Amino acid sequence: MVAAPVEPGHEADLRALLATMNLSPGVADPLNALVPFGRFESLHVARFVILEDETVGDLAAHGGSFPYAPTYLVFLGDCDGSPAAQLDAIERSARPGLRKIFAHCVGFSDQTDLGAWMRSHAVRPSTAYVNWVGRTVTQVREEQRLHAALLSALVSVAPSSDPVATWRALKLSPDVQRVTLSPPQRTPIAWLVGRLARLFADIVLLIVLFPLLLLYLPFFLIILRWREGAEPMVPQPVDSQKRAAIAAYEDHEVTNSFTAIGSLKPGFFRLTLAIFALWSLELTCRYLYVRGRLARVGTIHFARWVFMDGHRRLLFASNYDGGLDSYMDDFINKAGFGLNAVFSNGVGYPRTKWLLWDGATNEEAFKAFLKRHQVLTEVWYRAYPGLTTFDLSRNSRIRAGYQRASLSEAEAARWLALI
Amino acid sequence: MPLAVTEKEDIQALVRSGLPTLTEAEFWICRIRNAAMARAFLTAAPVTTAADLSVHQTTAVQIALSAEGMRALGLPAEVVGGFSPEFVAGLAGDPSRSRRLGDVGPSAPGAWTWGYPRAPDVLVMLYAEPGGLDALRQQIATLAGELAFDVTVLPTSDMGGHEPFGFVDGVSQPAIDWGGTRSPGTPDDLEYGSLITAGEFLLGYENEYGRFTGRPTIAPTGAAIDLLPAAADDPQRRDVGRNGAYLVFRQLRQDVRSFWRFAAEQAGPAGAQGLAEAMVGRKISGDPLEPVLARPLPGVGPAPASLEQNNFTFGADPDGTVCPLGAHIRRANPRTADMPGGRGDILSRAVRMLGWTKEDPRADVVAASRFHRIVRRGREYGESADPATLMQEDAPDPLCGLNFICLNANISRQFEFVQSAWVMSAKFDGLTGEQDPVLGNRVPVPQTEPTSGFSLPSPAGPARRLGALPQFVTVIGGAYFFLPGVRALRFMASEPAA
Repeated sequence: MVAAPVEPGHEADLRALLATMNLSPGVADPLNALVPFGRFESLHVARFVILEDETVGDLAAHGGSFPYAPTYLVFLGDCDGSPAAQLDAIERSARPGLRKIFAHCVGFSDQTDLGAWMRSHAVRPSTAYVNWVGRTVTQVREEQRLHAALLSALVSVAPSSDPVATWRALKLSPDVQRVTLSPPQRTPIAWLVGRLARLFADIVLLIVLFPLLLLYLPFFLIILRWREGAEPMVPQPVDSQKRAAIAAYEDHEVTNSFTAIGSLKPGFFRLTLAIFALWSLELTCRYLYVRGRLARVGTIHFARWVFMDGHRRLLFASNYDGGLDSYMDDFINKAGFGLNAVFSNGVGYPRTKWLLWDGATNEEAFKAFLKRHQVLTEVWYRAYPGLTTFDLSRNSRIRAGYQRASLSEAEAARWLALI
Repeated sequence: MPLAVTEKEDIQALVRSGLPTLTEAEFWICRIRNAAMARAFLTAAPVTTAADLSVHQTTAVQIALSAEGMRALGLPAEVVGGFSPEFVAGLAGDPSRSRRLGDVGPSAPGAWTWGYPRAPDVLVMLYAEPGGLDALRQQIATLAGELAFDVTVLPTSDMGGHEPFGFVDGVSQPAIDWGGTRSPGTPDDLEYGSLITAGEFLLGYENEYGRFTGRPTIAPTGAAIDLLPAAADDPQRRDVGRNGAYLVFRQLRQDVRSFWRFAAEQAGPAGAQGLAEAMVGRKISGDPLEPVLARPLPGVGPAPASLEQNNFTFGADPDGTVCPLGAHIRRANPRTADMPGGRGDILSRAVRMLGWTKEDPRADVVAASRFHRIVRRGREYGESADPATLMQEDAPDPLCGLNFICLNANISRQFEFVQSAWVMSAKFDGLTGEQDPVLGNRVPVPQTEPTSGFSLPSPAGPARRLGALPQFVTVIGGAYFFLPGVRALRFMASEPAA
């Protein structure tokens, strides 16, 4: 992710420039002239956002103020392999377009070295979630082709009451056999080593922190409950025109993007709590929630939480299946406790109880909070429109059954039902 | 425990009942011509209440207003703006909403016969026993006078409890918890139930989150002091919303000939009814395809018809081999509980809540039903014909359909969610390439796939797939209204403060 302050006064021009990358509002042109996302075979999703934060003033209710809250231009995406290598690849082949875009940012001139500039404006997320770690764009596309080929082959295959025979016949269908299925790429050793080292470091850190956290816990709970009662409630009116403008960019296919920004409540307590909550979430995303679900929520493709402005603000960006309202319902009904732990450290969040309870289940206040902090995603690209997380995992299961050497009758029947 | 509903004399009758014995009905779509006269009519109109239904009624009058109507009456912005954003914007007020709801292509508002570009102001609903409608119409027309409104009349017809395709209609309804006997959000909700808090259908009471849905409340001054009740959650203020419900009205045209011809083409004349029943998820008689359970579900029964037709879930049919996953009634109410796996012990609940289960990926795809229920009060219009006739070569093409009417307290979480996330979604319950086989608009998902399919899962092999379903249902008009409590209606009709 690259974030750079927009030169004041350039917002409208930048917005107009970014709009040229869309076929229509909310639908990016994969081969647009500025950054042809579709050419990058390892890029899953990407977006450009002008982070216009209309909620900075809410901090006043807490007696705080923001000395410097620039409007950032944010360019972020999710890819296979190394993000740095992906950024280099994009830089190499979309240099003129990127220069045109970043020319609206503070400190960018004709002489600026684009690659070095992007690297110096790169921001690391404190938490990143990936629906299925290791599933590549190539794999997604190939498995989708396999599914389509099987679907059409089903029509011509001789009907049989024996599921195993039907499975065999489908396997032998020429159209199906024509689909290339690249063998799964071996996980790079360096990645595995890095991950093991990280796991080791995380465990050491947990062991070291544990007694300290235990000592802190009683004080923490007292301060938490006191703050939960005493912190001011900041009204979260939603500007219906802004909401309508964002809605115009939503629901053009089966998946949507969500981008939001907000300020943290002032003070050491909320800051450390937010950092700790996001670190815990990062650990679960890294080691536990790597196969299709974040707790009970299965509709998120990619999500990230990024501290900005020296931990004063938090950016949340995600890619999810379905409409915004069903997404928010999932948050409330399936993962309210997790949302509370992170976002209740933000200004304007509905009151929580013992950190995990209430908050999100104050349904209307919670939805208003999210809608108020949402910002328009000017350009949003997705490598495989029309496919939900459910489709992706189903296609992988179809592929697994297809490549098996033999299936029992019950397995074959289940496999056929997947198609 | 949630607040009990005790003010039935303040609630319009339609919330309590669909008025099935009053088989004659018509709906007046009104534009206010003269605000003073309209106010006089709304003050004097004999509105039938839920309390009135305790004794036999031969007629009934119900009145609802749109946001435009409230503005035309001179209600202050504070009141109108206190209603939900989707009500204020209106059913056809925003192309993004129309896209979400599937009101595109032939169903797009631009082609509607009413409700666009401007929503009507007032909806007057007249109901009468057979032979009584003419007199009621005369009485109400005289009361309104000729100058108060421009009126478009939407007639209805009595199809004997069937909708135009021939199926028994309005079989499944949530039971409203009038007494506040059920606290929502307890482990009981880990099993499906149909007893739903009053606050899901009436403003001013706790909803399924145990909260009061947002609504206009005002300082106790002027007419509000005498007319309006105090807000239960904010007694310093008077409640404009209390005892009122949002009323979603959509006039649907049903192409009954195309429906039955399609069924006959795909399954032959002998199999057509079976296929149509699979698409709907119920038999023509209203009986479910799923077997009914032995133990009554909360909110179902004790009437035998209710137990026979509604005491079931889809829990024992996760693959849709009995009732297809995409069948109409399964999309409109998937009968899901808060979490798959039932009640279980506290440890199993915690494990499931954290998502640490190795369950079937399909198990947790569909949201919990209790947050997405609506009360349906629709009426048919036009003349239909029986399926056997409609399947014939030279079948007539009757002009008929349904005036779909539903009541809810949160349009976006209830009606709009059901319509967009379940009925129209091309991805409901992990399906691909299909929408509701009855209601779908068949508009493809842009850049990708068609939505005109329908799959009938089979236990022994691949699903049977139908393609190229025609559009059987087209929206031809509609609006969001508010069906106020009687006191709130009189308040809205009172002289605006200068």
